[in-house]
Amino acid sequence: MNHHYQKSLSYKIFTIFNYTFLTVAALLCILPLIHILAVSFSGSAAATANLVGFWPVDFTLDAYEKTIGNENFLRSLWNSFLRVVLGTAISMAVMLCAAYPLSKSDKAFRGRKIYMWFFVFTMLFHGGLVPTYMVVTKLGLTDTIWALILPSAVSSFNLILLVNFFRTSVPKSLEEAALMDGANHFTIFWKIYLPISVPAIATISLFTMVFHWNSWFDGMIYMSDVKHYPLSTFLQTIIVQQDFTKMSVDAETLQNLSERTVKAAQIFIAALPMLIVYPFVQKFFVKGIVLGAEKE
Amino acid sequence: MQSAVNVKKQTATLEVQKTPKRRGTWQLHAMLLPALAIVFIFQYIPMFGLVMAFQDYEPWLGFLHSPWVGFEHFKTMFEYEDARQVIWNTLVISTLKIIFNLGVPLTFALLLNEVYMMKFKRTVQTIVYLPHFLSWVILGGILIDMLSPEGGIVNRFLSLFGVQPIFFLGDNDWFRTVVVVTDIWKECGFNTIVFLAALTSINPSLYEAAIVDGANRWQQTIYITLPSMLPIIIVVGTLSLGNILNAGFDQILNLYNPLVYKTGDIIDTYVYRVGLLNGDFSYATAVGLFKSIISFILVVIGYRLAYKYANYKIF
Repeated sequence: MNHHYQKSLSYKIFTIFNYTFLTVAALLCILPLIHILAVSFSGSAAATANLVGFWPVDFTLDAYEKTIGNENFLRSLWNSFLRVVLGTAISMAVMLCAAYPLSKSDKAFRGRKIYMWFFVFTMLFHGGLVPTYMVVTKLGLTDTIWALILPSAVSSFNLILLVNFFRTSVPKSLEEAALMDGANHFTIFWKIYLPISVPAIATISLFTMVFHWNSWFDGMIYMSDVKHYPLSTFLQTIIVQQDFTKMSVDAETLQNLSERTVKAAQIFIAALPMLIVYPFVQKFFVKGIVLGAEKE
Repeated sequence: MQSAVNVKKQTATLEVQKTPKRRGTWQLHAMLLPALAIVFIFQYIPMFGLVMAFQDYEPWLGFLHSPWVGFEHFKTMFEYEDARQVIWNTLVISTLKIIFNLGVPLTFALLLNEVYMMKFKRTVQTIVYLPHFLSWVILGGILIDMLSPEGGIVNRFLSLFGVQPIFFLGDNDWFRTVVVVTDIWKECGFNTIVFLAALTSINPSLYEAAIVDGANRWQQTIYITLPSMLPIIIVVGTLSLGNILNAGFDQILNLYNPLVYKTGDIIDTYVYRVGLLNGDFSYATAVGLFKSIISFILVVIGYRLAYKYANYKIF
């Protein structure tokens, strides 16, 4: 710590600049959220007159009452919840099962390379929007939750991360001992691989959950009825597109929905799960990413 | 009874010894089956659907009976003024993003590395990673509100300095800047993670030697830190090459409007509008295929370069 350069004047000036810069950068990252939070707690008149900065003016919970009272909003919230739970469970089950054989050596599992390229190729080349859309609609998945879950169930990127975790964190001797004792692959997978890989599973699950919570575009193209919209899609139509045609609402609800404070409340509620989960898992994912990156 | 079990065990061991690696591979194939099926249906079948690009696809005729037109749609693409504009927009926006998303997080990581107050460092990190986890729908909603010319908080702030209200999201002179800046704002923190990890793995004895030689912190950065970081910089840089035709579909779709199609419309948003909204399946597929092929070539080149210069392997 007592390096002599740290005592030099120019380094001290740099340090002051550095701390100031980093503080400003951090503030820039949360001030927009604080502003939207302040708007959501403000009185409608004050918000429309642009009097709100980073502190609520005429504090009221009105916007939240209107949001919670909106049937469409609640239904889309439920759709999103269902999507996150089902989507993450299915995705993780399928990917973990696939990661196990792919983590074997080329000798132990011939064909591993071919399978691996089968997955990796989808990272390099894909059919694109229109053909994918046609496959999903032809399969009759439109207006069902499966259209939101199945097409993205296997992420080659996450699969590779899992394979790398399996390869580096499971002791080979443990596996060999189990094989000697006559355990089959399912047992080894279930009793050895899964318990050892809990941190990796938690990290990838988190990524998958965030993905499902935030996805909106598939909801927009595959759901023809607003009843099936997940929250992100619902918000996209209300706040970004300002398109109320699908909502089939009366004049009063329409006015409520387009109010600035209500929009702010909806944005904040949609961001809330991320804000709550995020601090707890931050350490996890940093480790996860670094472990994934160190395979170079 | 006892001996029977023993015999069974013995033969099992023998079997293992005879073909130790080949035991139960059918189980391994079986475990791959669900993932293979999903990827085949939702990734590979759409690739066959790309034949649409060479047809005048009509839904009621299907792939088998729709008339073939060869490269007609690709010709149209290069003749259309708006398609050329869209390709140009994509290149400009993504190139700017690639440059800044490499430079800014690297600088940010170097600056964070100079912070010795652990609590401060961790707080800053926690906050700057956050926007990465919020979707472009949420951020789009916030930005549309904040950047509004009618009393958005940014314009209110600027008016303190006598600046006239700017319609950031509706002005062709501003739109690309907003797109690039907000993208850096969202991803910069998250992108620093990999650089910070690389910084911690630099051998400390290098710095000690430099200090003995009288190098100041700036010289240490130039002669030790940056050269040590070169492999990871090359990896991130070359891999992002494959993204040169991905200018950020999610972001642009949530921020743009017809006023800024001229500077803001990119290949992906164009394909969506022409293909799914206007129902011109074949033409949109042709544009998409053009993009996929160029991207594929660039991704492969990127991986090659990363492997050659930084020994990076995908798996």
